[in-house]
Amino acid sequence: MSEAVHSDYQGAKIGMWLFLFTELMLFGGLFLLYSAYRMLHPEEFHHASQELNAVIGVANTLVLLTSSLFIAMALTAVQQGRHEAGGRWAALCAGLGGLFLVNKGFEWAAKFHHGIYPGSSLVKAMPPGEGLFFGLYFTMTGLHALHVLIGVILLAVVALLVKRGRVRQGDCVLLENSGLYWHLVDVIWIFLLPLFYLAA
Amino acid sequence: MSYLDRQGQGGLSSWIFSTDHKRVSLLYLTLMTVFFWVAVGIGIAMRLKHLSGSDFLISARTYNALFTVHGVIMVFLFVIPGLPAVFGNFFLPVLIGAKDVSFPRLNLLSWWLFLTGACLALLSLFTGPGAPDTGWTFYVPFSLRTGTNVSLAVFAAFVLGFSSILTGINFITTVHRMRCEGMTWHRMPLFVWAIYSTGWIQVLATPIIGITLLLVILERAFGIGVFDPARGGDPVLYQHLFWIYSHPAVYIMIVPAMGAITEIIPTFARRCIFGYKAIAYSSLAIAGLGSLVWAHHMFTSGMADLANIIFSLLTFLVAVPSAIKVFNWTATLYKGSTDMQPAMLYALTFVFLFAIGGLTGVMQGALGLNVHLHDTYWIVGHFHYVMFGGTGFAFFAALLYWFPKMFGRQYDPKPAYAAWVLMFLGFNMLYGSFMVLGYMGMPRRYFAHLPQFHSLHLAATIGSWALVSGLAVLFGNFLIALKRGAPAESNPWGGKTLEWTLPSPPAAENFHTPPVVTEAPYSYNPKARA
Ligand code: HEM
Ligand SMILES: [Cu+2]
Repeated sequence: MSEAVHSDYQGAKIGMWLFLFTELMLFGGLFLLYSAYRMLHPEEFHHASQELNAVIGVANTLVLLTSSLFIAMALTAVQQGRHEAGGRWAALCAGLGGLFLVNKGFEWAAKFHHGIYPGSSLVKAMPPGEGLFFGLYFTMTGLHALHVLIGVILLAVVALLVKRGRVRQGDCVLLENSGLYWHLVDVIWIFLLPLFYLAA
Repeated sequence: MSYLDRQGQGGLSSWIFSTDHKRVSLLYLTLMTVFFWVAVGIGIAMRLKHLSGSDFLISARTYNALFTVHGVIMVFLFVIPGLPAVFGNFFLPVLIGAKDVSFPRLNLLSWWLFLTGACLALLSLFTGPGAPDTGWTFYVPFSLRTGTNVSLAVFAAFVLGFSSILTGINFITTVHRMRCEGMTWHRMPLFVWAIYSTGWIQVLATPIIGITLLLVILERAFGIGVFDPARGGDPVLYQHLFWIYSHPAVYIMIVPAMGAITEIIPTFARRCIFGYKAIAYSSLAIAGLGSLVWAHHMFTSGMADLANIIFSLLTFLVAVPSAIKVFNWTATLYKGSTDMQPAMLYALTFVFLFAIGGLTGVMQGALGLNVHLHDTYWIVGHFHYVMFGGTGFAFFAALLYWFPKMFGRQYDPKPAYAAWVLMFLGFNMLYGSFMVLGYMGMPRRYFAHLPQFHSLHLAATIGSWALVSGLAVLFGNFLIALKRGAPAESNPWGGKTLEWTLPSPPAAENFHTPPVVTEAPYSYNPKARA
């Protein structure tokens, strides 16, 4: 019984797309807040954004974009039956995701070091709007980083499954869905970059 | 072998780890019934407070906790999961001739998340600094300042939302992928359409409450400042985010209820449903339009006049698809040969009570009147008419309708009629009084009242006793039927949809051979349909 149910690829992909819609709405609520507050405090957002390191932001964007390329290559490879290459691309993608997180960690650590963290006395002393910017910054990039972390774990598992032959040509919907998820994580970052790092 | 028979090792684990959609349905039913009764008990307690006014057992603070917990349980653990989780799970696959939902394991996970959320909600009452006292809406700034256990309660609601999302994803995919041969979109029973539309609301709206509740937690834990005016934040934005979900959520509550009513009425009127497509698409219209009216909860929160006018207009418009359904049900009854079985009686009561709730809702949508009615007992009366008179009664009607199929046993109809008399009288006495009280100026969420309101409060409390007695008779009757009811026939009501082609209770795999559908549902009067 479950055999027939679980081999419904189309169904699995519909399910994944629906899940991605929910992710979009989840971040959508935050984007809504961001736009409302940016309209209220354009100057302060501009000013606060100068604190952020655009170089790290852009570097991380390149990392994520490359990783998205890798996961697409992993899928193509597996679909063509080149499983070893597929597994390697997927593992590389997970590795780049990890690199993104490391960068992010350094970036946050530097902020903390300068006394910029949610609820810190420095942030509380900022003019209204600037502290808000950092509140949104930590919330949105934090939630995004959580998604990257989940994605890295997911991709590592998938890479392993490809290596073990459990995900293979003709039976790779898990890889395809993980790829879809990863692309979404990427797309959300592409919005976060200009909103926070390039707002200055 | 029926799905109820001992499978594998039997015992509890064959239930709580079962991926059979029918078993999952009963898991939900059990849990929800328990919580429903807890919340009913709290409701009764609140009414007792207004009877005596003494501080014995219920202090003013306790009252705040009581209406919060009552609201949270009723909303997040009863009416939102409500019909989709119980009857959707059981009958959606059966009605489209499928073996199960698309993702059976995900379905079980939804239930586990539901259980987790329910436990967390309970935990928030008994641990930490005390039960949350914000009301079920968790409005800032109070929800940020109160010392009570808000974060845990909010997290519980977050987990419950996740459960609801997974159910929605599952049902939408099931409708797209699992329909049997010949089950075209326009041959689907209307309950399926309703569950399908609801699925979309669950998927698209619930994440918004998820993020909003997360922000409340983050704000409480770290002080990120997003709703804090001192830091440039705006508490009204919380209300926007909250209602962007929570107005669509009222359609998560009512659309499946309407779907169940649409199954029941044709069966007992022995008539094909009038206006099949109008009903099907009005569900979708509600899902769409309903996402554009949220700010009618905020007319007094200080919005721009233009925004107020637009949201008021849209609120009037969203009543149209609901009215379409009411007219179609009435037209279906016209010249029908009505068989007033308990299920039918409860279904018609739904139409009556929902009409009152819906029309009073339109009144509240008028900007001038809203200022007078906002935050009064009128509102409490209104939403009990919709949520309890609507979804609650539809839930009971659906249970009366499908009980023999689900459990393979028939209940005695007489106590169900008696329960109806008690509930109908008690309900209107309770919530009718609420509406009058509110119109006269009694504010909601107050633990005490002025002397001039006392007689109506007394009437309401007496009504609550009749109501709860009726509920007890209704549920007691079900329990007796579970134990001692006569075996049910496969088609006790003469229904025409697929579930009635199966034995009562159905086999574990539903259909031994996949069915083939050749005509539209509700073919009671085939000639008239042409
Ligand atoms: C015997 C059954 C019930 C009784 C006696 C009852 C009574 C009450 C009372 C007295 C209040 C508080 C009024 C106030 O002080 O503002 C209340 C609030 C509420 N009730 Fe019920 N109720 C019952 C059933 C239900 C049901 C079935 C639902 C939903 C399906 C429901 C949903 C709510 C909600 C959402 C609130 C608002 C809580 C808040 O203000 O945050 N109730 N109810
Ligand atoms: Cu509303």
